[in-house]
Amino acid sequence: MSTLSYAVADSATMLRRQVRHMLRYASMTLTLIGMPIVFLLLFVYVFGGTLGAGLGGPDGGRAEYLEFVMPGVLLMAVAAGAIGTAIAVNMDMTEGIIARFRTMAIFRPSVLTGHVLGSMVQTMLSLVVVTAVAMLIGFRSDAGPVEWAATAGLLAMFTFALTWLCVACGLMAKNAEAASNLPQPLVFLPFLGSGFVPTDSMPTGLRWFAEYQPFTPVIDTVRGLLLGTAIGNNGVIALAWCVAITLVGYLWSRRLYNRDPIR
Amino acid sequence: MAITPSRPAIEVAGLRKSFGDQVVLDGIDLEVAEGTIFALLGPNGAGKTTTVHILTTLIGADAGEARVAGHDVAGDPDAVRAAIGVTGQLTAVDNLLTGEENLRLMTDLRHLDRAEGRRRAAELLSQFDLAEAARKPAGTYSGGMRRRLDLAMGLVGDPRIIFLDEPTTGLDPRSRRTMWQIIRDLVAGGVTIFLTTQYLEEADELADRIALLDHGRLVAEGTPDELKRRIPGGHIRLQFAYPDGLESAAHNLGDAVRDDEALTLQVPSDGSVKSLRALLDRLDSESVEVDGLSIHTPDLDDVFLTLTGQPANDEEKEPAR
Repeated sequence: MSTLSYAVADSATMLRRQVRHMLRYASMTLTLIGMPIVFLLLFVYVFGGTLGAGLGGPDGGRAEYLEFVMPGVLLMAVAAGAIGTAIAVNMDMTEGIIARFRTMAIFRPSVLTGHVLGSMVQTMLSLVVVTAVAMLIGFRSDAGPVEWAATAGLLAMFTFALTWLCVACGLMAKNAEAASNLPQPLVFLPFLGSGFVPTDSMPTGLRWFAEYQPFTPVIDTVRGLLLGTAIGNNGVIALAWCVAITLVGYLWSRRLYNRDPIR
Repeated sequence: MAITPSRPAIEVAGLRKSFGDQVVLDGIDLEVAEGTIFALLGPNGAGKTTTVHILTTLIGADAGEARVAGHDVAGDPDAVRAAIGVTGQLTAVDNLLTGEENLRLMTDLRHLDRAEGRRRAAELLSQFDLAEAARKPAGTYSGGMRRRLDLAMGLVGDPRIIFLDEPTTGLDPRSRRTMWQIIRDLVAGGVTIFLTTQYLEEADELADRIALLDHGRLVAEGTPDELKRRIPGGHIRLQFAYPDGLESAAHNLGDAVRDDEALTLQVPSDGSVKSLRALLDRLDSESVEVDGLSIHTPDLDDVFLTLTGQPANDEEKEPAR
């Protein structure tokens, strides 16, 4: 077998290991899926009436806010899943079996690619559930199959990027607590972007941050795809962010993993 | 994958390793012939585990050269990894997976095809007496079962060289005997075993050659018999009720060490029943009254006392690693 087919085979083996872990440790998966749903219901039913009126659209109110907030909640689910990965990676590294993997002639990053792929499966599942709940409470989209596919593709790429970044966080953190705290800001980035209120409504400094941070172009692109608002160059910027974060996350993770485990 | 008999399975020259300013290995040289059991014997903190970590490519050395199965551990780690099986001090099993799933994980990573992987996993499960527990999570296994699963996982892919880092530490006597038998069977199948242990008895039982590691240096190396000849033999300790008993016994048994305050006499002995009977016959014929008797066989402390001039376990422990 070639190096590439070893890489694929070993990553698939590690993905199977990861899926088994998730099934046997299901409480983590359920928490990660439940959190964005709680936020969706909270924002639509508690804050939605007031925030929706502030959007200034023709209908106003809760229904309009549900449409507006939906992409932000999806991104929140992505961030929560990525943080879960940081914790899972960190806990895994304390297990003796990782030392065994390091002394085997396998595709070396496969332990990490297994985590990333497993986390992708988990987050995609979470996004489907969040979307289903949103539709249940009245979310409607005019998007056709192409727009839905593009949305899924972009969210998958962004998940991939954030997950690699969080793998590095998990490898760097000294314990599970630190692994959970280190990437915590990711959950707040949808708030400090266009996820929950339009950036125009923010004070200048915050608005500047909101407009240039990576979540905003992704949220705006998803919003454009699902609701038909203007996308402009947000799509390209979103893709660029995905590639850049993936590269940084992957190279950083690989470097951390290749250090001597005992120093 | 046969290695020519002239080439040792493991060759180490001038190996050094420090963690911060703590020197753990201070220039180790050793050679292990193919198809033999080599025991690295030493107390906690001597550097045994660090040696295994370097030879199994887990960590790098600061200086020196190490070749395993003919491959340089630093230059060609993947070739070394393909030739070895490792059983660590911390059992390296996945606690969330069942015994069978753990083994299938190994067969998959060794790229055996599905049928072959299933067959090999089943074979190892029955060989290591784990067939009944095959579908239970490894986290629920007893210490002995986890060690056996750990060792079985290291055997997937039929490695030619197996590293066992303290394979019986913390096991009850019965599990220890089982583990010893497993190790003997492996060598009968032609593999080379590199074993670390704190127990002289274990090294004596299993090893063809033993090296004694102390503070990162090898202080002695040889066959078990060669080493034991360098250890002061065991002795029989005689306790007397009255000074005149001690006096007459000491007079009769020339090369004994007497302690007038404790009223004891240490008579050199190999600890065999035969020598014990001879001693008692001799005391009987001289009508010497003995109050008590104990047999002392040489242990690791004796070895260390002799070869390093200090007891084995009074040094600071190696940090948990």
